[in-house]
Amino acid sequence: MIKVIRNFDIGAKIGLVLLILFLTIVFLGPMMSPYSEVEIVGDVWESPNTSFWLGTDHVGRDLLTRIFTGGRMTVVVALIATCGAFLVGCPLGIASAVIGGWFDLLVTRAVDAVMAFPGLILALIVLSAIGTSIPALIFVIMVLDSTTVYRLTRAVAADIAVMNYIEVARLRGENMRWFLFKEILPNVAPTLLTEFGLRFVYSAIMISSLSFLGLGIQPPYADLGGMVKENAMAISFGRSAPILPAVALALLAIGVNLIVDGLLRHRAKLDQYK
Amino acid sequence: MTKPLLDIRNLRIATEPGLTGESYEILKGVSLTLNRGEVLGLIGESGAGKSTLGLAAMGYARRGLYLSGGEIFLDGQELRGATEFKLRQLRGRRVSYVAQSAAAAFNPAHKLLAQVLEITNIHQHLDLKEATLQAVNLFRRMGLPDPEVFGDRYPHEVSGGQLQRAMTAMALVGKPDLIVFDEPTTALDVTTQIDVLAIIKEVINEFETAALYITHDIAVVAQVSDRIKVLRYGKEIEEQPTQVLLNHPKEDYTIELLGVRKTKSDNENLSDTVPVLSARNITAAYGPVTILHNVTIDLRQGSNLAIVGESGSGKSTLARVITGLLPPEEGEVILNGQQLTPSLAKRSTQDRKTVQLIYQQPDVAMNPRQTISDIIGRPAQVFNSMSKSEAIKRVKELLILVDLEADLLDRYPGQLSGGQKQRVCIARALAAEPELIICDEVTSALDPLVADGIIQLLLRLQTQLGLSYIFITHDMGMVRAIADDVVVMQNGKIVEKGAKKDIFAPPYADYTHLLITSTPKTEEGWLEQVIADRRMDSAGN
Repeated sequence: MIKVIRNFDIGAKIGLVLLILFLTIVFLGPMMSPYSEVEIVGDVWESPNTSFWLGTDHVGRDLLTRIFTGGRMTVVVALIATCGAFLVGCPLGIASAVIGGWFDLLVTRAVDAVMAFPGLILALIVLSAIGTSIPALIFVIMVLDSTTVYRLTRAVAADIAVMNYIEVARLRGENMRWFLFKEILPNVAPTLLTEFGLRFVYSAIMISSLSFLGLGIQPPYADLGGMVKENAMAISFGRSAPILPAVALALLAIGVNLIVDGLLRHRAKLDQYK
Repeated sequence: MTKPLLDIRNLRIATEPGLTGESYEILKGVSLTLNRGEVLGLIGESGAGKSTLGLAAMGYARRGLYLSGGEIFLDGQELRGATEFKLRQLRGRRVSYVAQSAAAAFNPAHKLLAQVLEITNIHQHLDLKEATLQAVNLFRRMGLPDPEVFGDRYPHEVSGGQLQRAMTAMALVGKPDLIVFDEPTTALDVTTQIDVLAIIKEVINEFETAALYITHDIAVVAQVSDRIKVLRYGKEIEEQPTQVLLNHPKEDYTIELLGVRKTKSDNENLSDTVPVLSARNITAAYGPVTILHNVTIDLRQGSNLAIVGESGSGKSTLARVITGLLPPEEGEVILNGQQLTPSLAKRSTQDRKTVQLIYQQPDVAMNPRQTISDIIGRPAQVFNSMSKSEAIKRVKELLILVDLEADLLDRYPGQLSGGQKQRVCIARALAAEPELIICDEVTSALDPLVADGIIQLLLRLQTQLGLSYIFITHDMGMVRAIADDVVVMQNGKIVEKGAKKDIFAPPYADYTHLLITSTPKTEEGWLEQVIADRRMDSAGN
């Protein structure tokens, strides 16, 4: 791990610094802040000043505190949803590749059916139907993301499943658990790890999009997308309030993407040939 | 005295330093000269730098490598310092290259003619009509079917041997002074190889082209080249005219290379009672395509049964049927007098344990993410219900049994050489404590010297452990050396079977005779003789 980080190119190192900075700030920030995220402490859309470093929002809450807690909310929900997506998608993908036949056909077609809908629209419909709550949000994103994860895992695992060593394991009569964890997972893990980073960022963006549309995290609790929406009007008064949460989300996305790029390049040994 | 066409002096090629700053030399100062119309054979084991040297003749180094020292003169022009533009002028026109796998070198999305004419199109020294005419002539010369329309086909529509010939035509169409042949026949069946070899030799003579012929097969290089250079670890071992090198090699390494294939085995007193394994009347298919037609084989206890045939003859399919990976449509597999369940899933652990399989490519036969101790230890745990610590102890014993160091335990397959990998695969098969092992082309991916070591090991294990082997191979030389019984297969049917002494003695079945005579020999003029014989035969018919 340490060695991988040391071999990162400059972009990935910047990404790593961005990510660590972001995580430290959003997790430690709320403890340092003198205000609470829901408490109204000042005037509407105050400019940055000594008591409110980034100003206040549309009802007079401290913007910096809300970016801390909003960022934390986005990260936590995105992380849980992505983990869930991988827990569902990976084993199914590997099982499809190993078993093949009717099992593969059934799962693949089911996934195709889900993927046929545009993700955001499907999420909107489902959330309108079952109501907006954090578990519902996590569930929807998990299901949507698991389809892509399944596709990728199946494709990568299919390359592994035709190897002779899989045949050797079949000849030995190994069970599914052995195939999953001992034969295939170690070989697909690097690819899946990089995909995990990307999926995580997409989930964060998805949550923010849903919140922006009013179906994500509900007020008064903060989340980055919701804050952009709440403060959208301020843009006509030349205030920075809607820009700042968007910048925070962008920093997270850029940071993770830089790391993933670095990992991919490292794995493909692309930097070896200039 | 005329200047040589190709003059390489003290050439060094190294890996690019990269981020770590470490650089490793692939070629450590090799010199060679080649005159017009002359063929120089380059032989040596993998990693000797043969291909790297061949490519350097075009002023090219593979990605990640660079020409770090020395000089390359092609017809008086220095190539090492030459600009890309100048090199592009030379490549294809003055020097061209024939790669090992034509299937991988042709673009599957374009028709053959378009790809063959790429060189003349780029260099524009022939107009399209003229070039097409020349290509068709070459196709005819190469004995390709329907030369006029052959080029309209896509690469997947022709056979491997035809594709390799098309690639030779591609190399010749620009009328180059020098062609680099990089193992052009290694991927072909022996019967196809001989045709391609004959054609290569003919056209080289006719066009007075000089050639570098890279191979690890001494017999092949003996047939086509005027001189032979032996390489090892990026250094020259020796260079001699072909017959001198073959008959009076100077260096120990060359003697070793020439001396492989001396391994012999004859199991005496084989009983004719119940065979260990028999497959009776097997008919097997992949979907609608029937691969095996009513095949019956018997393996005698403690003997070596060789199944020979070209690719596509169904040899490996038979192994899949025996192991249960492919349940047959008809027929039965009998192990020690008991019928085996056709499908693998329903076989007992005991039945699975008795028959083990060793593969052609050790690289893909071992999980790269498992340590050697996991790879070998797992079958010991599964088949012989050993605990983890017992298994590790057993792994150490097995590693020593296959002549490896016991401290390889914690390594990963990627850290081993090809020969070591194959030994680990053998150890894995032994860990199950089987009665018979099916060896599917176990030596064809290995260098001759290493392959010889593997065969010796297998034979030693046979005497030590009383194993029976089925060797699946296309190598008649190996069959002659070690088989007790032989089964010759063609197109999924058995052509001939019996004891080795009967198969390798007249009267031959036609196909067996073809296989036997196609195996290259080092004797001078062997190739011409075989080709002449065949012409006579076909004229006689």
